[in-house]
Amino acid sequence: MTRITVGPFNRVEGDLEVRLDIEQGRVARAEVTAPLYRGFEQILEGRPPLDALVIAPRICGICSVSQSIAAAGALRQAMGVATAPNGVLATNIAHAAENAADHLTHFYIFFMPDFAREAYASQAWHGAAAERFTATKGSAAREALPARARLLEIMGVIAGKWPHSLAFQPGGTTRAIELGERIRLNAIAASFRGFLERVMFADKLENVVALSTPDELDRWRDGRGGDFAHFLAVADALSLADLGKGPGLLMSFGAYHDSDGARFRAGIRASNGEVEALPSDRITEDVSHAWMRETSLDPAESRTVPDADKADAYSWCKAPRLAGQPVEVGALARQAVDGQPLITALLAADGSNVRNRVIARLIETAQLALSIEGWIKALRLNEPFCLNSGDTADGNFVGLVEAARGSLGHWLAVRSGRIERYQIIAPTSWNFSPRDAGGIAGPLEQALVGTEVGAAGARAVGIQHVVRSFDPCMVCTAH
Amino acid sequence: MDGSGTMTRMLWLQGASCGGCTMSILESGASGWFDELRQSGIDLVWHPSVSEQTGDEVVDLLEAIRDGRERLDLLVLEGSVARGPGLTGRFNMLAGTNRSIYHWLLDLAPLADYVVAVGSCAAYGGIPAAGVNPTDAVGLQFEGSDVGGALGASFRSKRGLPVINVAGCAPHPGWMMESLLALTNGDLTARELDGFGRPTFIANHLAHHGCSRNEFYEFKASAETMSERGCLMEHLGCRATQAVGDCNQRSWNGGGSCTKGGYACIACTSPGFESAQNYLQTAKLAGIPVGLPTDMPKAWFVALAALSKSATPRRVRVNATADHVVVPPSRSGDKRSS
Repeated sequence: MTRITVGPFNRVEGDLEVRLDIEQGRVARAEVTAPLYRGFEQILEGRPPLDALVIAPRICGICSVSQSIAAAGALRQAMGVATAPNGVLATNIAHAAENAADHLTHFYIFFMPDFAREAYASQAWHGAAAERFTATKGSAAREALPARARLLEIMGVIAGKWPHSLAFQPGGTTRAIELGERIRLNAIAASFRGFLERVMFADKLENVVALSTPDELDRWRDGRGGDFAHFLAVADALSLADLGKGPGLLMSFGAYHDSDGARFRAGIRASNGEVEALPSDRITEDVSHAWMRETSLDPAESRTVPDADKADAYSWCKAPRLAGQPVEVGALARQAVDGQPLITALLAADGSNVRNRVIARLIETAQLALSIEGWIKALRLNEPFCLNSGDTADGNFVGLVEAARGSLGHWLAVRSGRIERYQIIAPTSWNFSPRDAGGIAGPLEQALVGTEVGAAGARAVGIQHVVRSFDPCMVCTAH
Repeated sequence: MDGSGTMTRMLWLQGASCGGCTMSILESGASGWFDELRQSGIDLVWHPSVSEQTGDEVVDLLEAIRDGRERLDLLVLEGSVARGPGLTGRFNMLAGTNRSIYHWLLDLAPLADYVVAVGSCAAYGGIPAAGVNPTDAVGLQFEGSDVGGALGASFRSKRGLPVINVAGCAPHPGWMMESLLALTNGDLTARELDGFGRPTFIANHLAHHGCSRNEFYEFKASAETMSERGCLMEHLGCRATQAVGDCNQRSWNGGGSCTKGGYACIACTSPGFESAQNYLQTAKLAGIPVGLPTDMPKAWFVALAALSKSATPRRVRVNATADHVVVPPSRSGDKRSS
């Protein structure tokens, strides 16, 4: 058996190191390390509760709106305030724009460049993949980055700027949208649709979201241009459906709530396909292998105290568990819990894997583009965007949202008008968690086992696909 | 041009960061940031978010630069330098190297022609340095507003410049790109930096300049709660009259800014902004905001405020506490304005 270290693991958000035990050319055991600790939970302690709206989003520059909304959700409970219906819609539009931008960034900038690597030079498909997706030089980035920047102009209208906005308040959003601005939002949404229909899918979005079986997907992609079909062809050539199998349990906190409920519902999906209600009171965080002092397992009661010298620890990330089990979160989980037909069928066929994670993200991108159009239309321009309220009450409060990478929770405890404790469990804390006290490995640690490395060792590109298929956000992970 | 020999070689590292500065600069350039860099003669030798090379390929590159086998023109850091615990830097190891970012920076910074801190974390410590500063986070050459930081007060890069601080949280993509291009053109000298190492083409302005709420400011017609249209300084914590930056003279994300977005400037370009509390509430003494414009005598400000408040047109006064325009501009005597 040999042990190899892979790092710096780049083209993810933040810092990552992976250690692998290799037996007969395959990964026998993986340890995932988040090598950065900043201490946001400690920084928040003792502050006025509303300061969380400034501090918490700055955990992450790639999903700061998600962090804002989680903080605002917990504060909304503490203040006992409702959100103006327009504020809900404006928040949804901005949040969906951020999540769609994340999916674009992941696909074009982080994930696809691996197929352009020299390791695949002998493959028939390599020339086209290299022309299109080579990191910083491929033709795709020249289209994707301007499309991303244009999509993020939604933030200029609704949120003032991105990343790190204070527009997302417990009572709504801070800026009433006028008619001219709604027209601008429409134009931005149309431009995003245009990019997706021309470049990513080469088809109408309505046709993409209507795909409901693997057979339909196969027929749809035959002879089709567009980067999604390009990915599907490479995924088949490399059998990416057999790579990076997840642990089985999939979770979603539910996302984009409006007067009709949630656009994506909350729940937990077992490996037999059953979807059940989310037992959110059974979320715990284990620190047995994290450089952290022991504390309560319950995030509502725990504190974060680093201990860099702790024996047997190997990550700044704690190990979140649901009813004692590691769970996978992200677009695949969100779509599965919501019962999206194509994703449900793909999961039934071959489970959670590298290919299905990417498919779920791109299908979701198409859905979000359509939802954004609907929410812009639903704005009632002459009504308020923000309701205001008084002070925060003392007590324990929770804000649960879905970031692009999955379920994000903020647990806030207020005492005497100050933050007594603040605990954050981010999506990648779930996916990239270290082992727990029972020795159970986190989802990525499980998904890496069995991956072939052959003679390439630490340079094995299969490892890169598995890790990046989760679209990890390491700056959120240990925060 | 004979390729890499004449290209400016830029290495971008991330310390204790959120990645937000990178997310911001990825918005730069009409045909994308990568094209813009090439067109500008900048060779991005490695960037953790976007480059192909990973793992030991990167370690090889960093060692080659450290050992003088590869040239380094621009060293860019995003994120604070986490020196803890106990100056080991172990809160922020550079993965795959068994060495902290802090110690890598001590090795690499003296080898670069120019060292650039993007964002207030790399410049002054930023948000990770807030509160109890759990990781002993500092900026490259400042610790809050005190010169020093990770590299020390006397540090100068190979071309004789201190660290260039493109402050902001996150900075405007234009601030970062224009600073990098000014350096590659040789246009940014020590004289073009202010006392906190910020390029003066940004720092010679206040965030207040060009604010769309200026008419409300002039008449001291103030918003009282979030989402109202009036000036945000009197009640809602706005520090735009004290914070440097041409924030309101540029468009953020196609047309925004913090104050256009309806919330206060929190002075994110200023060292130590992370130490403030109650960001969206104006601290007052005897009913007068504590944080008045720095270069104006307080008595004058109070006298002028009283005078301008007494002359506030009804349109401005009414609109200040509304979330939509209630009274449109009109000639005096126009029936609709009465």
